[in-house]
Formats: sequence, C-alpha cells, structure tokens
Amino acid sequence: MSSAITIDLILKIWRQQNIHARGALQTYTLNDISTDMSFLEMLDVLNDQLVLAGYDPVAFDHDCREGICGMCGAVVNGQPHGPETETTLCQLHMRHFKTGDTLVIEPFRARAFKLVKDLVVDRSAFDTIIQAGGYVSVNTGGAQDANSLPVSQKNAEEAMDAAACIGCGACVAACPNAAAMLFVSGKISQFALLPQGHPERRERALNMVKAMDEEGFGNCTNERECEVSCPKGLSIRNIARLNREFLKAAISLP
Amino acid sequence: MNLDAKIPAGNLADKWDKHRFESKLVNPANKRKYTVLVVGSGLAGGSAAASLAELGYNVTCLCIQDSPRRAHSIAAQGGINAAKNYQNDGDSVSRLFYDTIKGGDFRSREANVYRLAQVSNNIIDQCAAQGIPFAREYGGQLANRSFGGAQVSRTFYARGQTGQQLLLGAYSSLSRQIKLGKVTMIPRREMLDLVVEDGHARGVISRNLVTGEIERHAAHAVVLATGGYGNVFYLSTNAMASNVTAAFRAYKRGACFANPCYVQIHPTCIPVHGDYQSKLTLMSESLRNDGRVWVPKHRGDSRSPEQIPEAERDYYLENKYPSFGNLVPRDVASRNAKIQCDLGKGVGETGLAVYLDFAEAIQRDGQETIMRKYGNLFQMYEKITDRDPITSPMTIYPAVHYTMGGLWVDYNLMSNIPGLFVLGEANFSDHGANRLGASALMQGLADGYFVLPSTIATYLGQCSFDPVTATGEGFAEADDAAKKRLDKLIGLNGKRTVDDFHKELGRLLWDNCGMARNAEGLQRALAKIPELREEFWQNGLVSGTPNEFNQTLEKAGRVADFLEFGELMVRDALDRKESCGCHLREESQTDEHEALRNDAEYSYVSAWQYQGGKSPVLHKEPLSFENVELASRSYK
Ligand SMILES: Cc1cc2nc3c(=O)[nH]c(=O)nc-3n(C[C@H](O)[C@H](O)[C@H](O)COP(=O)(O)OP(=O)(O)OC[C@H]3O[C@@H](n4cnc5c(N)ncnc54)[C@H](O)[C@@H]3O)c2cc1C
Ligand code: FES
Repeated sequence: MSSAITIDLILKIWRQQNIHARGALQTYTLNDISTDMSFLEMLDVLNDQLVLAGYDPVAFDHDCREGICGMCGAVVNGQPHGPETETTLCQLHMRHFKTGDTLVIEPFRARAFKLVKDLVVDRSAFDTIIQAGGYVSVNTGGAQDANSLPVSQKNAEEAMDAAACIGCGACVAACPNAAAMLFVSGKISQFALLPQGHPERRERALNMVKAMDEEGFGNCTNERECEVSCPKGLSIRNIARLNREFLKAAISLP
Repeated sequence: MNLDAKIPAGNLADKWDKHRFESKLVNPANKRKYTVLVVGSGLAGGSAAASLAELGYNVTCLCIQDSPRRAHSIAAQGGINAAKNYQNDGDSVSRLFYDTIKGGDFRSREANVYRLAQVSNNIIDQCAAQGIPFAREYGGQLANRSFGGAQVSRTFYARGQTGQQLLLGAYSSLSRQIKLGKVTMIPRREMLDLVVEDGHARGVISRNLVTGEIERHAAHAVVLATGGYGNVFYLSTNAMASNVTAAFRAYKRGACFANPCYVQIHPTCIPVHGDYQSKLTLMSESLRNDGRVWVPKHRGDSRSPEQIPEAERDYYLENKYPSFGNLVPRDVASRNAKIQCDLGKGVGETGLAVYLDFAEAIQRDGQETIMRKYGNLFQMYEKITDRDPITSPMTIYPAVHYTMGGLWVDYNLMSNIPGLFVLGEANFSDHGANRLGASALMQGLADGYFVLPSTIATYLGQCSFDPVTATGEGFAEADDAAKKRLDKLIGLNGKRTVDDFHKELGRLLWDNCGMARNAEGLQRALAKIPELREEFWQNGLVSGTPNEFNQTLEKAGRVADFLEFGELMVRDALDRKESCGCHLREESQTDEHEALRNDAEYSYVSAWQYQGGKSPVLHKEPLSFENVELASRSYK
C-alpha cells in the first residue's frame, strides 16, 4: 500500500485455444506494473493491452479474488499459485517480484484436469469425488438441536483445519503423480473428526477413494509437494488419517 | 397492477404455521412429475436445489462457476444469526425479529422477517447435522459472537470462513442429490433470458460458457437465486462474476424490481489503493467486536498511528454512540467514517481511511486468543497491504457490499410472474433498507432449506403433470433474441474496453447514488447514464467469437445490463426523498445531521415495472406495522 514502485516483466504464458488445438508458450513484455497489484490484476493489465491491440486475451479462471472460492490457479515458474506459501494466485502480490523477472505461467496440469483454454482447466473430477461420499446423509428438516451433540473444541478446530480446503487443485498440479490425496483427505478428515460423520465413515472412505482412482488421479508416494503448494495450509497428517480410515474400512466391510 | 404480498392473516407468531397448514401439498408420488429449474448454487440456490430434490422433485441447477461450490456465498466471513439464546443473554425469536426490522429501518414486511427469525434456529440445527465445523466452547457447545446492530451474542461462526463452510454444507447435500440422480447440475452456464409462456415462467435461455452454445431449459417452475448486483459499482466486495443479468432479464420479461436503490456500504473494507484495482476486500465486521475505530483528533495529523497519544485520538463511534460503540449498524459506521474523512481527519495515503485498532484487545485477551478469532482475516489483510494488524492498526474504509433491493416477491417468494420464484440476495424480501450483519446467510438458507420447499407446492399443485418442453413460441423468441444480442456485442469494434465503461458507470453511481445522495447529483447521473450506454454500443470493444470460451464477451453482456440497471437505481433513489437505512438523502436530515426517515410518505416498497422503451412505472406496496412501533433508530 505504501510504495509507488513499478516493475517491468517478461511473461511466458501458455496459450492454447481449446483442448483440440496445440498449445505453446508465448512471450509478452509488460512494463510499469505497480508492486501493489495482485497477480490477477497484472494479468488484467496485460489483457487490456491485448484487447486494445486486437489480440485474444489470456483466459484464466477467477472469481472472488480473495483466496476463498478456489477458482483461480496457475503454475508460476514451476510452482502452483506462485512462490509465496499459503497464497492463492489472486492473493499473490507483485511486490514479490522484481524488475526484469521472467515469469513462466502455465495451467494446472494433470490427467484428471482437462484443459479448457489457456490457463483454464476442468476440475469437475473433484465434484465427482465429493458426490461419491463427501457428505452426511441428512435430509433437510430432520436435524436435532444443534447443541445435543457436543464436539470437543480441539476436534472442531482440527475439523475446521481440514475443511478449509478450497478445491483449487494446486495439490494435484504440484504432485509428480497428480494425486488428489490431500483434497480427498481434507473431506475425510473433517467427517472423521466430527460425530456427525461417523455413521457413514466406512462407506465414505471406500467410495471416495474409488472415485478418486476412477477419475484418473495418481497414487501418493509421500512427495509432500501437495502440502507445500496448498494455499490453505492443509497438512499431510490428513493423508495419514485418510489412510487409516481407508484401511479400517477395507478390512471391516464384507 | 395489484401487487398482493399474500401475507397470511392471523397473529404474527402463528402466520407461518397457519400458512403451511393451509397451503396445498403435492402428493409424494406426484413430485417426481415436476421439474424445477434453479438458477444459482449459492446458499440460497444450493440449499433449495438439494431440499427440493430430497422431497422428490426433479431439479436442474445452473451456475456460472466451474463448480457449484464456488458461488459467491463462499466469501462470507463473519457468521450467521439465530435466535437460539444459547448464551442465556435474553435473546428470542421476537428479539431477532425486532432487531432485524429495526436494523432495516422499518422498510421490510413484518411477516417475512418474523418467519425468518422463526426458522433461524432450524438452520443451525440443519447445518450442525451436516457436519459443519462451527466454532465450539471448551465444553463442546456451539460458540457465539456478537455482531453489529445487536446487543445479544447470537452469531454462529466457523472461524472467519462461515460462508465457505455453510456453502460447502449445502454443496455436500446437493452433491448427494446429484449422485442420486435427482439433480442435474450444469456448471459454467450463464442465464441470458427468462422464458415466459402464457403468463407463466417456463424456463431460461443459457449460454454454455465453454462452447458458446445457446441452450434452452424448460421447467414447471423457475427459481432465481442469482445473488446481488453490487458489482454495478465496479468496485465492490462481490466476486467478479456477480451480476444483475439474470434478475434484470426477468425484470424485462415483466417481473417487478423492488427497491433497487437500497445498497449497503460496508464499513470495514481495505481502502482503495490504485486505478488498476479490480475489487475491494472486506474485513469482516466481526472485527469490530474487538477492534476500536479511531482517527486523529486534529485534521492533517500525519504522524504514524503509534506516535499519536491516546489523548489525541478520537474514538468517534464510542464517543458519539456510547451504548453501541464500535458495534453500531453498518450504515451508521460507514457514514461516520465518511464524515471523518470529509472533515480531513482521514488517514493513510489517500486520506480515505480510518483506523481499526486491536492493541487494547491484544493486551486484554492475549495475542493467541485474538489470533484464534481473527487469524485468517489478519493474514488476508497483511497479504494485501503488507502490514501486520498485530503491530499497527488496520486502515479501513467503506465499500459497496450488499444489495437489499431485488426482484419483488410475495410471502411465498414468488414474483409477480407466476412460477418465477426468487431467493437469497436476488430478492428484496427481508432486510428493508439495511441488512444487519450475519443475516444474509440466514436469509439465503431460510429461503432455500425451509421456505421455498414448502411454498412452491402451492404453485406446482396447480400445474398439470404434462412434461414441459422447450419448443414453444416463448423459447424460440427468447433464444433468437439472445443470439442477436450476442452478435451485436461481438460486433463491438470501437476503442474503449468494456471494463473502462464499467469503471465510469461505477464511479458515477458511487459519487451520486452511494451513501449520501441528493436530487441534483441523482439528476446528473440520470442524464449521464444513457449517454454512457450510447457510447458503449458505439465505441465498446469486444474480442473473439461467440462460439468459444470468451470472457470478454461474458463481461460485455453483464456490463450492458448494468448500464441499463444503473438508471433504474437512480430513478428509485430520486423517488425516495427520505433518508433511510443505508442512505442519507441530504435533503432529509435532522439538525444534528442524522438521517431523517419519513414514514408518513415513504413507508412503502417501490416496485418498478418495465415498460419497453418508455420510463418504468412505479408501484407502491404499502408497509403496515402492527407489532412494532416505528421508532426512529437511535444507537446512542
Ligand atoms: C465478502 C463478503 C462477506 C460477507 N459476509 C457475510 C457474513 O458474514 N454474514 C452474512 O450473513 N452475509 C455475509 N455476506 C453476504 C452474503 O454472503 C450474501 O448475501 C449471500 O451469500 C448471497 O447468497 P445467494 O445464494 O443469494 O447468492 P450467491 O452466493 O451470490 O450465488 C449466486 C449464484 O447464482 C449464480 N448466477 C448468478 N448469475 C447467474 C446467471 N446469470 N446465470 C447462471 N447462474 C448465475 C452464480 O453462479 C452463483 O451460483 C457477505 C458478502 C460478501 C461479499
Ligand atoms: S479467485 Fe477465488 S481463490 Fe482466487
């Protein structure tokens, strides 16, 4: 907020018209970028210039621009959401870059995420996984008084940590195997830590893991890249919990 | 036109119960013969789609984002109200009702607000049962915090991510119904028009945002839960895709638009810092529980905040409103911030900011406690501003945040077009001229989980079971109109970007139709907006083709609608020559410069009806108050 510093950048951005077209990195120079801008505002400036010059602007997903909807995301110089920890692309500010920097900007790549255009990918595989069991089966209207099931503060806080996932897909993009374990483990953990989730915990673990495999996500080999890239700081302890839940479920069901 | 609100007769406390008893039911076996189209998957749309599907209806749900989980509701931070009285501090359904109606400055319907307070408790039960990780006390009970405009502690929360957790709860219920085949979820679709056939809402026209294809969706009833129109101001706390298009298209098809000038300006946002800025970030108002608002006593004091001694600070909210202090309602807090800055006492680089200081709270409760309550908000603030609120006070300024206006609906949440229901922020129903904090989440979920599933049966009960088709005249006409409009937009080959027009419109409205208004400024805006619109259609610039993923085209369509809608807002503001709720009408103030409401002349809902090329017609739904006295709001 304080500085009126501007920087000049070289951008190499993945351009691809659609899933059938061939893509390539294209180079742009962009000058006089205020360091108070967010990364997406920097892309807005580029797009304004492209449109005014008669070119197709760079497509990128975004909505809330405050790090909570999970819509934005790209790989910047090899890191999903860029160099800052626990930061989404929309919350990344240009003060973390300096004049003359080259930024290579690519979409989240994974077999399960099909490319839509430029930096936009299709992450509906995540929705499919949630549909397989990421819920408590309670119809509207049938609930008992909210305070009739006490939850220890510790469990509530840990469940909240796990539930903080925004479903952006950075964990998948970061993983050399394109695994979705961190994503799945967040939901599994939330419900494993809360009594409301207990009646269905076995089916949930089995069904969500099955859906994850079917959607084409890879296996976890403990690379820990997911944790590093997660903008919400989800811990891989959740993956350990997922493994326990899955194992218990696998040996106890017929 | 007769706008019948269909408020049930009887005692206020019994109306909802009686109404449900007297309403038609649809036999469970017949529910599956009806299709309901829900546009929007936020708290209102998501909860409605899931609940209707649980009841047995076939539901189709559209949303703009790539997943229903990303609706703008996700961004709500602070919390959700309910009259549980878990704190034993004197709360009750009656008190929540009274606070909400008073907070709305007596411009909402008693019956609607009372029902909202009644179902508030069911919402918390439902959400807890879904496994939402609400904050808890050490004993395992649910925790509460206080929020502006209330003296009881009734706000439930999940850290600073309440909207996210509530939305993910609704999304999980929705996901379960998708898996069961009861909901067909269609993401990345934008509704471009409403289809009305034989006077009834029959479906919508949408654009597939990936392929550009224009699609028809037919249903027995259409539910709009498309959120608010705050983005008409360009800069607001709303998400980038938030729009008025869906509601405005319904308006152009005959649905009345109610109170479009009622816009809430939130007092605690991060101040504006540059021309390139694309949105404003809200700092949840829950921060005002522990933060103290102040400015330097002397204008032009440019010392850093730490260097300004206690005696030279003006805690103007605490001084002026001793009983509510920093927790006065949003409009009062916003207006006073503007007054201080207008007096030249604003801080920060632009002078358009005031301090929100946590030093005393940290000293009192310890840093750990404060961080547990507000950690993620502090983190967000620091990311944006590069400053740590633990070591120096935040700077805040008001920003457009919420729109109380919306499509007119009756007690059943049905618009004046039969079969068109409107929920959540998209309707005008419950918040009058000002919404209290933590009440939008409550209203969205009340509408979707509890009100609509009951009231829609009355309408559907009269519909034939015949399957609906999208082949009628209405569909053909709307489909054609949507395509022609897209062609016109894509043909714009001028010199100014769409954003540039949007910025100018926003500035015009912020200056003339914001927190404080007067006839002169409003007249100016009313003359200017049509000129701007004209220029947009002459000199706007849109790239690409309609048959592809084209974000410039999407944006252009939304801005084109904002350019028409802005004019309606200004008209409405001109008509309302009183100060009320969020707005100070400068011609209507007390000697002490406080807002002066005029109940004798303006105790009505303004419902505007589209007239083609002519000026819209204003219908007035009178508001009558039988259970509360029209006190003038005082938070002193
Ligand atoms: C930053 C912020 C913080 C807030 N904090 C709080 C809080 O603490 N407590 C509180 O009570 N309230 C809060 N609010 C207000 C509250 O979040 C919103 O009023 C509420 O969530 C709106 O819900 P909704 O379901 O009506 O609409 P939304 O959540 O906005 O959902 C709209 C849906 O409609 C879809 N849609 C829109 N237009 C179209 C179209 N043309 N075609 C197809 N689909 C469309 C969208 O894709 C989306 O799915 C906050 C608001 C903001 C901006
Ligand atoms: S745009 Fe919502 S998280 Fe970045």
